Amino acid sequence: MAQAPALPAGFELPLELRLLRIGSVDAVALEERAASLAKRSIKKDAKVFALELAIRTTDLTTLEGSDTPGKVAALCSKAIRPDPGDPSIPSCAAICVYPNLVPTARERLAGSGVKVAAVATGFPSGQYPTKLKVADVRSAVELGADEIDMVIDRGAFLSGRYAKVYDEVVQVKEACGEAHLKVILETGELGTYDNVRRATLLAIAGGADFVKTSTGKVNPAATLPVALCMLEAVRDVHEETGRRIGFKAAGGIRQAKQAVQHLVLVHETLGSDWLTPDLYRLGASSLLNDILMQLRKERTGVYQSPDYFTLD
Amino acid sequence: MTDIERKRDRTAVPTDWTYAPAPESRDLVRLRERYGHFVGGGWIEPADTYATISPSTEETLATVGQGTAEDVDRAVAAARAAFANGWSSLPGSERAKYLFRIARLLQERSREFAVLESLNGGKPIKESRDVDLPLAAAHFFYYAGWADKLEYAFPNRRPAPLGVAAQIIPWNFPLLMLAWKLAPALACGNTVVLKPAETTPLTALLFCDVLRQAELPPGVVNVVTGDGRTGAALVEHDGIDKVAFTGSTEVGKSIQRQLAGTGKKLTLELGGKAANIVFDDCALDQAVEGIVNGIYFNQGHVCCAGSRLLAQESIHEPLVEKLKKRLETLRVGDPLDKNTDVGAINSKLQLERITELVEAGKEEGAEIFQPPCRLPEKGYWFAPTVFTNVAQSYRIAQEEIFGPVLSVLTFRTPEEAVEKANNTPYGLSAGVWTEKGSRILWMAQRLRAGVVWANTFNRFDPASPFGGYKESGFGREGGLHGLEPYLRFEE
Amino acid sequence: MSRLPVKKTYKLFIGGAFPRSESGRTLEAEGQNVARGSRKDVRDAVKAARAAQPGWGAATAYNRGQVLYRLAEMVESRVPEFAELCTGRTEVERAIDRIVWYAGWADKLPQVLGGSNPVAGPYFNFTVPEPTGVVAVLAPDEPPLLGLVTRLVPPLVGGNAVVAVASETRPLAAIELAEAIATSDVPDGVVNLLTGLRSELGPVLASHMDVNAIDLCGAGGDSAELERAAADNVKRVVHGRADAQSPWEISSFLELKTVWHPVGR
Repeated sequence: MAQAPALPAGFELPLELRLLRIGSVDAVALEERAASLAKRSIKKDAKVFALELAIRTTDLTTLEGSDTPGKVAALCSKAIRPDPGDPSIPSCAAICVYPNLVPTARERLAGSGVKVAAVATGFPSGQYPTKLKVADVRSAVELGADEIDMVIDRGAFLSGRYAKVYDEVVQVKEACGEAHLKVILETGELGTYDNVRRATLLAIAGGADFVKTSTGKVNPAATLPVALCMLEAVRDVHEETGRRIGFKAAGGIRQAKQAVQHLVLVHETLGSDWLTPDLYRLGASSLLNDILMQLRKERTGVYQSPDYFTLD
Repeated sequence: MTDIERKRDRTAVPTDWTYAPAPESRDLVRLRERYGHFVGGGWIEPADTYATISPSTEETLATVGQGTAEDVDRAVAAARAAFANGWSSLPGSERAKYLFRIARLLQERSREFAVLESLNGGKPIKESRDVDLPLAAAHFFYYAGWADKLEYAFPNRRPAPLGVAAQIIPWNFPLLMLAWKLAPALACGNTVVLKPAETTPLTALLFCDVLRQAELPPGVVNVVTGDGRTGAALVEHDGIDKVAFTGSTEVGKSIQRQLAGTGKKLTLELGGKAANIVFDDCALDQAVEGIVNGIYFNQGHVCCAGSRLLAQESIHEPLVEKLKKRLETLRVGDPLDKNTDVGAINSKLQLERITELVEAGKEEGAEIFQPPCRLPEKGYWFAPTVFTNVAQSYRIAQEEIFGPVLSVLTFRTPEEAVEKANNTPYGLSAGVWTEKGSRILWMAQRLRAGVVWANTFNRFDPASPFGGYKESGFGREGGLHGLEPYLRFEE
Repeated sequence: MSRLPVKKTYKLFIGGAFPRSESGRTLEAEGQNVARGSRKDVRDAVKAARAAQPGWGAATAYNRGQVLYRLAEMVESRVPEFAELCTGRTEVERAIDRIVWYAGWADKLPQVLGGSNPVAGPYFNFTVPEPTGVVAVLAPDEPPLLGLVTRLVPPLVGGNAVVAVASETRPLAAIELAEAIATSDVPDGVVNLLTGLRSELGPVLASHMDVNAIDLCGAGGDSAELERAAADNVKRVVHGRADAQSPWEISSFLELKTVWHPVGR
């Protein structure tokens, strides 16, 4: 494929006087803004709200070669009822697994309202022929996935073949049918915030319902500045076109405090409208227990030990 | 799904997220009811006093001295004696150690000072905690290192201290300005009489306790509190060798007049009306942050505030839209709340001045925008304000407002931006936002201002010289250049 | 039969031209009628200086150095004439050597007076000296040539435009210097020389709102009054010495500009 221009054909632009800016991002100022938002002091009721919201928006994730139906079933139980001792704790938003484990998850979660998300498109590298990626998606959907987490072709993106990236998103979106599409940018491989912003807009133009930071297999993953950069792009798209795109921060979020910081970013960038699992997700595996510990600490006033929270 | 899994409260999910109050504790600050002047290492009883308040609640915090000519005289005498009796002849390496001690003590007691700064001045605790205090300590640390290296700063010259420095500081960064003044003066071997601003004397008075802990020799630093009359008495005093003033251009000019013919050395850091110039190729979201930081930082009580936004016409509309949306997220209120972005206006007088100029702006035909925000009933408050449709001739585009009020003007070409930016008697600072490197340097060369922030704004550092062109004053504070105002050079 | 020499009319030097004083007045000095500059001559000179300054300030430092070196060449070619008008050949030679010395500073100043500042954060931060703008110089009466050169050249090297008031008692050397300047490559208006009474011209310059700095070297007892007037627009006031040579003489007429830029990917 020939070198594509920065704005590939089909890039959905509003028919307005003003074009949506690809724009650029100043790294230092972005990082400073993210750091300053991270210093928000979230206490008491506001903290409980945030922690419960974090649970409600969590995609409880396991993406290991060693995943088995038993492991996934246990995780499903955790997602539905994160703290068996406290029925007031809400369920997670979804379980995120490899396609082979979709049927198990589907079965365990039936009727719970917790969704099943499958990674696809040659996750995590995306280094496969497009037709195989599309087939991967179709099969995951057939197995019962409600949501598809695809990866963009970073090789294509970094070599300037933006049109290929865009085309794949379009084809995957089509293959998704009713399933919701989250597009993983793997920001840790993109090198600059300018690229993060560009990839975000490209994915949205291609039809993404959600944009997602990372696979969880590459470091750094969902850093606060990366999240802020993507949230600002999502906000710009909303302001220019009215489209509401979801955002998922995934990878490296292990502590309740980090989750709260991520939620502050969304709250102060996109507002309360985005504080819902329909538009916001946290992808995490070990985060949930820390949130449960913090919640119990808020309720009892006593610091907690991990021994009292189940490992699933 | 099992039964137990099914059992779960289906309570309604709240939709809005209100941050609970997160006030910093006041317990660390133990104020005395009454303060005298700090002279010769001890406290002298003031002849006259006044109450210093918290501008966010109007409560009286303490009673402080209204310095008289006599108080000033005693302070100058103490400073003279300390200069003659050892401080000026102390080896630089020993002076350095006192300054290092002060820097460390400020770090150790930073929380206490930050809370007091916010109480007495009205600035948000996140700023006094993250900006004022770290920078004040860093300033002492930086100049401590110079004290025994002065001869390397000025090759082929023999630097010597001036004598007694009279230092008059403003109310916008009370402790930080104290640090900017004291650190280089002491490093160079001078002794000091410092007059804090009328409305914000408390951190300077608390600082005297740091001097005690540092065991600084008596009389090396003296603090006389009071209003403009105290300052005038200090400037007039025959026993001083240097005046360093930070404040309004009007007062600066009168000091310059007063010192005419006396041979006393003078440095002035005065007003500003900085242009913050935004080109259409900038990193837009970061520019918006820079604009917000440029004018709403410290309620706009900043001499180098980016109070004139010059927006390239091609980006004016989206820029202003983004700016307005961003303003709606600013949290105005209790300065001690860790989530507060914009605190209280420093004084009733200043609030009246801001209000008057904003009224003038409306009358002149500018369009005003203020985000909805509930301002506390007690105390002095002003909502973050943006004026659009502003002409260069309006008072709000010409006069220093020294409050959270931004005037938006437009330009078409880089030439026009430079022309408009420089079209003021001031010349303290300027901002440029563009992704084009060569244009940044082109603009930086042409802007007549002592500090040019490119793709950033309101950054300060002890190593970075700060000071103005034109009516914004002369002399530099910070960096190697900040030493020169406190030295004479022997032939 | 001896030839009757053609005598020179001593005029002002403003904007590269040699006008008479607009006031039509003259003043007798050193046996000659020299122009007695007026308020309006000051006005014109400041205007010319203001117009010329941006170009001179923006010239490359290398270029400014060369132009000043060329001025030294022009003075050197008139050594006998200058020697007649001052204390003698030694003074002229010292004046020439001083111009050459300063010419060499033009492209070294920013390195000596400025530099990069190690700020604690992801920023590149540097300080550069820049001209303050229009500088008024009250030259000392003595020495007539070296005194003027000593006060005139430092602000010039730094990129300022100058309005200088010549020695009141011995102004002829200044007029001769103006002629050397006019034939050098110094752009018109960068140097303006006025002759006349300091007591008339000094206060006008000191209070002029478009003058950025004033050197009171020759002011004598009027210093305090002039300093007071200078405060109206926060002028930089310099008490220069009649015989001094150092880069710090230049820095008195410079502003320091500090530029910040983030360092990021």
